[in-house]
Formats: sequence, structure tokens, C-alpha cells
Amino acid sequence: MSNLTLTDVEKTYPGPVTVLEHINLDITTGELIVFVGPSGCGKSTLLRMIAGLETITSGEFTIDGARMNDVPPAQRGIAMVFQSYALYPHMTVRDNMAFALKLAKKTPAEIDAAIEKVSGQLQLAPYLDRLPKALSGGQRQRVAIGRSIVRDPKVYLFDEPLSNLDAALRVATRIEIAQLKESMPQSTMVYVTHDQVEAMTLASRIVVLANRGIAQVGSPLDLYERPENEFVATFIGSPAMNLLPGEIVETGDVTRVKVHGAEGTITSAVPTTGDRRGAKINIGIRPEDMIPTSTTDYAFDGEVAISEALGEVTQVYFGSPNDEGGTVIAKLQGIHRDVRGQNMRLTAEAGKVHLFQDGRSLLYA
Amino acid sequence: MDNIVGKKSGLVWAVHLSLALLVIVWLFPTTGLLVSSFRTGDQIATSGWWKSLTASEQSQTLRTASPDEQQEIDGVFVVEGNLFESTDKPDISSWGTSSRDIGANAPGDTVEVNKGTATLTVTANGDYRLESPEAFEGRRGERVFLTAETPPEFTLDNYDKVLFDENNREGMAKAFFNTLTVTIPATIIPILVAAFAAYALAWMDFPGRALLIAVVVGLLVVPLQLALIPLLKLHNEVGIGKSYLGAWLAHTGFGMPLAIYLLRNYMVGLPKDIIENAKVDGATDFQIFVKIILPLSFPALASFAIFQFLWTWNDLLVALVFLIDSSGETTVMTKQIVELLGTRGGNWEILATSAFVSIAVPLAVFFAMQRYLVRGLLAGSVK
Repeated sequence: MSNLTLTDVEKTYPGPVTVLEHINLDITTGELIVFVGPSGCGKSTLLRMIAGLETITSGEFTIDGARMNDVPPAQRGIAMVFQSYALYPHMTVRDNMAFALKLAKKTPAEIDAAIEKVSGQLQLAPYLDRLPKALSGGQRQRVAIGRSIVRDPKVYLFDEPLSNLDAALRVATRIEIAQLKESMPQSTMVYVTHDQVEAMTLASRIVVLANRGIAQVGSPLDLYERPENEFVATFIGSPAMNLLPGEIVETGDVTRVKVHGAEGTITSAVPTTGDRRGAKINIGIRPEDMIPTSTTDYAFDGEVAISEALGEVTQVYFGSPNDEGGTVIAKLQGIHRDVRGQNMRLTAEAGKVHLFQDGRSLLYA
Repeated sequence: MDNIVGKKSGLVWAVHLSLALLVIVWLFPTTGLLVSSFRTGDQIATSGWWKSLTASEQSQTLRTASPDEQQEIDGVFVVEGNLFESTDKPDISSWGTSSRDIGANAPGDTVEVNKGTATLTVTANGDYRLESPEAFEGRRGERVFLTAETPPEFTLDNYDKVLFDENNREGMAKAFFNTLTVTIPATIIPILVAAFAAYALAWMDFPGRALLIAVVVGLLVVPLQLALIPLLKLHNEVGIGKSYLGAWLAHTGFGMPLAIYLLRNYMVGLPKDIIENAKVDGATDFQIFVKIILPLSFPALASFAIFQFLWTWNDLLVALVFLIDSSGETTVMTKQIVELLGTRGGNWEILATSAFVSIAVPLAVFFAMQRYLVRGLLAGSVK
């Protein structure tokens, strides 16, 4: 059992600078929660507050109902893996793993058994008597993970554990972490990253942090398919979702919308009430959902400014539809030759057209 | 930086030259002191130490035995023997019978002497044979000029006298151990105290920490002379007086600002993650200090230890003020050498030996620990 609850948590640094406010989050046993967000959004700070390395300015943090605000890190039943690995450079791999156990006054037999089990699991057995400087980056990260596993904590905290690894190793270690999670279904993990792929592949739920608060919490596909606000919509997915300014022309179970500057209209599966007719909204369509069309049932047309043929897909860039938004990007399946300079008309399925009014999704209105 | 492509700067030569100059400036007097300490007073007075390292050619004038000792063998009168009286026989490189040409003959040559009436043979080890068909006359033997190679000659007598002669009141043995008694605790105590302080100033949050650090930095530039009299008064009032304890405390106090400053700067550069990880692992501040910080700070600790050791070893001022009393029982080597300069100013061999005894330990420390010295000097400045 390890349920983490954050209630109205706030972090303020002297200045005063408020980094986080009104953080409410429930994490249940066995979840792998990923914090994502832009640089400086406070995701690492939130993790360090859970770890006890930063004080909580106000609000309450509990683990299994016990208030943890003032409990020192060692007594919270957590283990943390740092971005820099934070191995003790003067100790062998074995001593690194044994350090916490020795401090916890475990017997040598218990310590040996725990190290043997974990080093077998992580393929660290041949390196037990080496110093960290004699290990490669991936091995060091495995030692750091192993060091947290031997303690058998209730909660694992990962602070950007893969960002110091090269691309290939990052993929391999990511899969290892996913397998590790599967082998320990009862352990709760909190994982901080700025890498969307890590977030999408590892998380059971993602917490998107922005503007000192939580923008949305949900499963990876929830965030992708049903973003609550423009920030989450553009933050999740690459390239980012296109936001086209427009207005509602017809309300009902489905909504008919028109992008400014376009002749045609497009249907969104988002239901709206009658009072929203004529409302100024942003119409969000992901680049990969854009489909070329020749009907009048379209969202956007324009001249292709740049096209990038990647083989599997072709990314085409348009100028702004009406000089308000940014560049519109469409990701077309397959190879499209010589589209540069052509006029192209794009539409999308009704279920993939998102509507935002004042930054909030009308889906949740 | 050696592998950066491009023309080497002319400064490289300036660097090499100044390095060579430094080495010479340092090595020349040290070697001189070492060599002189193995020479007798007479040798020091007559020739420079650099001449004693190689064999020297010396000329001397000796005589064969007097004609009284001639023997008649088969009708020939012979005088035989060895020119050297002592058993230590130098190799003769050349010899002669005339003062105008003392190196005329090689060893083993036979020449005519006594206006051609006799022949003389001298071998390399000084054996000679004087032969003549007629009996030799007169009282004195034939004069022979010898040029001989004298090998370098060194003696341990100076060390014997300075270190082991119990009757020598000016010996260094007692002072040597007194210096050790001052130096070792005066090195260990400040390191212990400063390491704790440095950890607290680097990693523990408490109000006034920045101010304390500023005070420590400020104390770095306060001359210790300011504190001599007040501190001695304090020592007298609390009953320590002039004693080893007083000297240890004084050295500890005077060394502390540098120790704290150096160690704190080093410790603050240790990765924060490691310390936080140790905290998550359940280590207390004391355990973090002992198990993580101290081992990782070893280069800085060693470098400060070397500094403090050298400075207390060579110290005279603090020892004079806080330790040495009229009984002279607690004199240290620096003081002893000062005394020797007064009483034995002419006995260079004793001075050189005493001086070398006092620099031997710092030299050994320096050579054994030099890599920490260099690394420690960089401590805090380069990551």
C-alpha cells in the first residue's frame, strides 16, 4: 500500500517567488505517474517535495494517510534516482547498494541476499566490485536504479533518469524501467521527464504541469485525445497541434465551425449549447489528423511553403491562415512529391477536431 | 592543451626557462647544505662543496728512506719501500724528481737520479726502488714529487655529533622530538575542527551562515601578531602558561581560517545530488560527513595538512611566545638553530648538519605528498 495524496500544496521561495500553487493530486498504489512540463514549471521541485528534499510551503502531503510534511526523507519510505546518478564515487557498486541497508542496520546476510537478487535482475553481478568511474553511463544508471530497489521502498522517485544517456541507451533503459515496473506491480513510481516519448510510453497517468499548477492529469491517450486546455493540447504530441482561430456557426450534438479566412466549414464531434453560436474559438487539429480534400467541408486551405518528405510521412508547412496563429503543419501519410507551392485544402474527421474557448476545451464545458 | 593544433607560442620557452631557473634556485642551496653536512670543518674551510663531489688531484712532496737503510744485493745498492706512511694509499697519477717538473714521469717509469749515478722506479701505489752500483751517501733520502688522485671523502661525524652525542648540549635530537611534539597535534587538531566547520558552512542550513563565512574570510587577512600578547595573557590566566598545549591551541587558532576556507570551498563543490541521495538513503548529517564528505575531501584535507605541517614545523614565532621557557627543555629546532648561529657561527659543518636535520622531514613530506599539494592548491578553483 502506498497512496500519495497532495492537498492544496504550494511552494514559495523567498522573494517571494511562487513556483507551485494549488497542487491537488492523488496517486494510488501501483501507478507510474509521470510529471511533464516545460523547463522551470516546477516538476522537479514537486518531486523533491515528495522526496522531502524541499519543504512544503503550505498544504498537506500524505503517504497512506500519514502526514509527511515534516518527516525527513529517510523515514518516508521512498527511494530516489537522480539525473546525475549520484553514485558515491569512492564506493564500489556493492557498497553503493549496501549503503542504505547498512544505515538501516540490516544484517550482512540480509544485505548480501538483497544485493545478489537485485544485481541478478539488473545484470550488474559482474560489476559489483568496480568503482562507479569504471562503469559506462548505462551501467551507472542501472546501479542507481538497483541502489533504490535493494531498499524495497514504497515509492520510487525518478528525476529525469534517462536524460544523461545517449539516444540508443535511452530507449533500452526506458524499456528496462517499463519491465521493472511490470515486475513490481505493487510499487508506486513517480517519474519526472521533459521527454514526451518517455511520458507517453511509461506512464499509467501523466501530470502536465504549467503556470505553477497542474494543467491536466490523465492517461497518456486521454491527454492526447481529450486535452482539457490549449496548453496540454499543444504540449502533448509532436509537431504540436495546430490552433486555428475561428468561430462556431452551428451548435448541437455536433458543432459546425469555420476557420477565419476559410470559405468552407468543418464538423467537430464536440457537442455545444445554443448560446455558443458565433463564439470566437480556437479550432485545434493535430498535424497527423489533417487530410487533404477537395470538398467544401474543409478547415483550412493555403499554399505549401515548405515540405519535408520523411518517407513514411510528409510534413507540409503553410503560412498562417489569417496572420493570427503560427505556421500550420500537416503530416500527410506516405510520399507527396512536388507539393511545394501548390494550393492544398485540408480537413479532419469530426472526432479529431478540438474546440477551445478562452484556452479551455469545450469538451469539458 | 598540448594537442591543440597550431604553432607553439614562444612563451613555452619562457615557461621552460623559468621552471629550470626555479629548480636551480631551489636545488642549489639544498644540495650544498646536504653535501656540506657530510664534510669536515677543514674541508669546508678550504674548498667549496661542489669540489668535494669529484676526485681531486693533490700534489705532495715525499722522500724515500734515508741511505742508512740501503741494502747491498748482488753488488747493487738498493733502497726499497713505500712513499706513503699511512695505509691509505692514493693512486699516483704522475711523479717527478725535480721541482721544476713535478709531473714528468708516469707510474712505473724508471729515471736516473743523483746525476746519473742511480735509478729510481716509482709504481702507482707508491712503492719505490732506488738502485745504484755505488753506495748511497748522505742523511736524507731522494726527494719525490707526487701527484695523486684523492677520492671524495665524506664523514658521518657531524651527524653523530649533532644527533647522538649526549654530551652535546646544543644537539638537535631533543629539539627534533620537541618539534614533532608541537607539529603533529598542531596539524591534526585544526583539520578535525575545520572539517566539521567546513561541512556545516558548506551543507547545513542555519541562520547567519553567510555572515560566518564572511568572518572566516576576513580572518584570513588578520596578521597573527595581533593576537600574540592577548592570547598569551589568556593562556597564563587560564593556567596553560607556556606549554605544548598552549602551542597546539595557538597553531590551531592561527591555522583555522585557512583550513575552514580551503575545506569549505572544496566541500561546497561536491555534487549536491550525492549528499541528497545519502539523505534519502537515511544517513544523518554526521554519517554523511564521515562516510561521504570526508573520503571525498581527502585531497583537500591532505593539502591543508601539508601546509599546516610545514608552517608549524618551520615556525619560530609561535614557539617562542607560547612554548619555550627559560628551562630550555621545550626548545624546538628553529630556536636551536638560532642559538647555534650565535654560539657556533664559525662551525659551518655543525650548522649545515643541524639545518639539514631540520629540513629533512619537510622534504620527505613534500616529496611523499606533492600530488596532493598541487591538487589541493587547485581545490575549489577548478571543477
